[in-house]
Amino acid sequence: MKFSIYRYRPETGEKPYMQAFDVDIEPAGRMLLDALLAIKAQDESLSLRRSCREGVCGSDAVNVNGKNRLACITPLSELDQPVEVRPLPGLPVIRDLVVDMAPFYRQYRAIKPWLVNDTPEPEAERLQAPAERAALDGAWECILCACCTTACPSYWWNPERFVGPAGLLAAYRFIADSRDEALNARLDDLEDPYRLYRCRSIMNCVDACPKGLNPTEAIGRIRSLLVRRRV
Amino acid sequence: MNVRRFDALIVGGGGAGLRAALELARSDYTVAVVSKVFPTRSHTVSAQGGITAALANVDEDRWEWHFYDTVKGGDWLGDQDAIEFMCREAASAVYELEHMGLPFSRLDDGRIYQRPFGGQSKHFGGEQATRTCAAADRTGHALLHTLYQQNIRHRTQFFDEYFALDLIRDAQGDVLGITALGIETGEPVLIEARATLLATGGAGRIYWNTSNAMINTGDGLGMVLRAGLPLQDMEFWQFHPTGIAGVGTLITEGARGEGGYLLNRHGERFMARYAPHALDLAGRDVVARAIAIEIAEGRGCGPHGDHVDLKIDHLGEAAIAEKLPGIRELAIRFAGVDPAHAPIPVAPTAHYMMGGIPTNLHGQVVAPVHTGPEEPVRGLYAVGECACVSVHGANRLGGNSLLDLIVFGRAAGRHMLEFLRDNPYPRALPPDAADATRARLARWDARGSEPVAAITEDLRRTMQKHCGVFRTASSLAEGLAALDTLAARLARAGLADSSRVFNTARIEALELENLLAVARATLVSALFRTESRGAHTREDFPQRDDAHWLRHTLYLAEGDSVDGKPVRLKPLTLESVRPKARAY
Repeated sequence: MKFSIYRYRPETGEKPYMQAFDVDIEPAGRMLLDALLAIKAQDESLSLRRSCREGVCGSDAVNVNGKNRLACITPLSELDQPVEVRPLPGLPVIRDLVVDMAPFYRQYRAIKPWLVNDTPEPEAERLQAPAERAALDGAWECILCACCTTACPSYWWNPERFVGPAGLLAAYRFIADSRDEALNARLDDLEDPYRLYRCRSIMNCVDACPKGLNPTEAIGRIRSLLVRRRV
Repeated sequence: MNVRRFDALIVGGGGAGLRAALELARSDYTVAVVSKVFPTRSHTVSAQGGITAALANVDEDRWEWHFYDTVKGGDWLGDQDAIEFMCREAASAVYELEHMGLPFSRLDDGRIYQRPFGGQSKHFGGEQATRTCAAADRTGHALLHTLYQQNIRHRTQFFDEYFALDLIRDAQGDVLGITALGIETGEPVLIEARATLLATGGAGRIYWNTSNAMINTGDGLGMVLRAGLPLQDMEFWQFHPTGIAGVGTLITEGARGEGGYLLNRHGERFMARYAPHALDLAGRDVVARAIAIEIAEGRGCGPHGDHVDLKIDHLGEAAIAEKLPGIRELAIRFAGVDPAHAPIPVAPTAHYMMGGIPTNLHGQVVAPVHTGPEEPVRGLYAVGECACVSVHGANRLGGNSLLDLIVFGRAAGRHMLEFLRDNPYPRALPPDAADATRARLARWDARGSEPVAAITEDLRRTMQKHCGVFRTASSLAEGLAALDTLAARLARAGLADSSRVFNTARIEALELENLLAVARATLVSALFRTESRGAHTREDFPQRDDAHWLRHTLYLAEGDSVDGKPVRLKPLTLESVRPKARAY
């Protein structure tokens, strides 16, 4: 199979370029990560992040033929050749397919992604009805791979000020939790022309999410909570 | 070398490390976590089925029954004081996670959802218990993210993408911190701490076929061996019965807990022949051996007869969507079958290391330092899969590993607080503290004649072939000879890429050094133990032999020496469970 891979090594002083690779690999049942590892076995200077190789750790998000995906769960058989693999867009490139995730993590931390409940803890669990728990489904499964946020034009324009789809989905995960007591503070924090309202419902995030999650819907729910609070 | 200084240092950002870090972050002491990946990428994230604690939310239950099951599950090699401690603390540790926000699945009455898991019984070996607390089939993800969130809330210092290199010990043997390599910069750093905890996880990547993530290279184990400290019970590796055939990716035991079962090529529920009472929910070693035998004796499924079928379609699409959504995704992706309509092809896959760095139940690393065989190494702790406390004995029960992480992570964090209080002044760094690390890094700056990746691949094939589910003296000895060859090749290996910035080839070379050390410990220990117990099956010694082998193995790298120490058969308060035949 034919690949075209983005290369950038800051120490060489060279500009980034696309490098062609021909890999002897049977696509049936194999994933893009298998091919990237085969390429790395030929040329160990190729750098990428990877770990679980089953789509749960979120390490190996890359841009494949124009779309953000996790290499480990992207079947080779689905890809047109030459397969063009680039680092995630919208984040500084450190080297090859490795981007600087710090701006992405900053937005995650900024929404205070932890449960707030100041009521004295019961001796056992806090109760939560299955229906209340179901409100979290689609929000808690995020793996922080950044496929969505780095596919979002609003984030590209305002990476410092717009929280981005992953951060907003995480915010919604706590807003929706019946055990959380910081609803108003969370909404206050997001009621801002940039932090929340830069979302233009372009829905690239939904298209990009490898876990099938829907950040746009979560953002819509936050918006309607804000509207309801005002009236 | 740049020097950083903290009161406490945690090496590893998985569940055990983050639980311990949280205990310290809530105090006035400074704590740093060093992790070679961003913490939520740690392998805890892959844990599926759940965390076991006798909450009795679904059915009557008592932690004493959990204690009994764990002793029996470990084929009596587990230390009964540590097992009592873990099972006694289980409920409070799980409730605490719930209070932190972990999104457990729920029962109709709003309490935490629990499912049946293998090896869990009521009334000391009676009917199946329902004891494993779950967040769908993504419990590890839920647990890891929750602990990470709490750590950022409490402002833990993170060294993300720093690769731990070596322990620093002074002349008295006290541990004063570590050296690490910043992966992004390629620069080494010395991190000093009065107390250091290793939570570096397992090393399943010594095997070809494994459920383990690519980061599971036994880095903490390599550090300990290089520091002249022992590893315990390294012959005991759990092969999970249900890895996706040919891929190794895990299908949770929860699939059988929810009512799934195994079939051979004749459509027979063969577990009835191996475990007439517990059937598909017998101990993992029992089920893995049964599958291996079915395949070896020609009753495997598929054109090559190389797997068995795991059937869950009878549970119905709705139940699968609610309780097992993650494994459905995995099966569709990696096996090309939708388990709501067709069985999943499965075979045993290397999954969990029962052995590791010997510790007591405060997480203190214990070794024959000066006098006794179990003297704490001052300033050094270990928790989680890299540690051997030993609660899992010769075979871990499903749902007990997440529990191990949080119970002993918490206990170690608490003990570190005491240690910091009692030892307020850091000891002086020896002048040669970083010399070994410098030499190790310099070695990889030299050119070599062989690529690292080829050696790693051969190592994994060697271990798969010579130290799998079934073992004999001759296969293990051949494996050791092959390791000698690999070690010689490693000495000649070199990197083609000498760059500093995010050089993952260099990291993989350093990981290979750790993998080889772990593989050696495994083979030597497996050759030493001439009995079959739990996951260690010697075809040439098929019986368990309590008279000679009711003891732990201690391996030291120097001279490949092996020694033993007694199993602690006396619990803290309960009656001891005396060894007897282990039937399911």
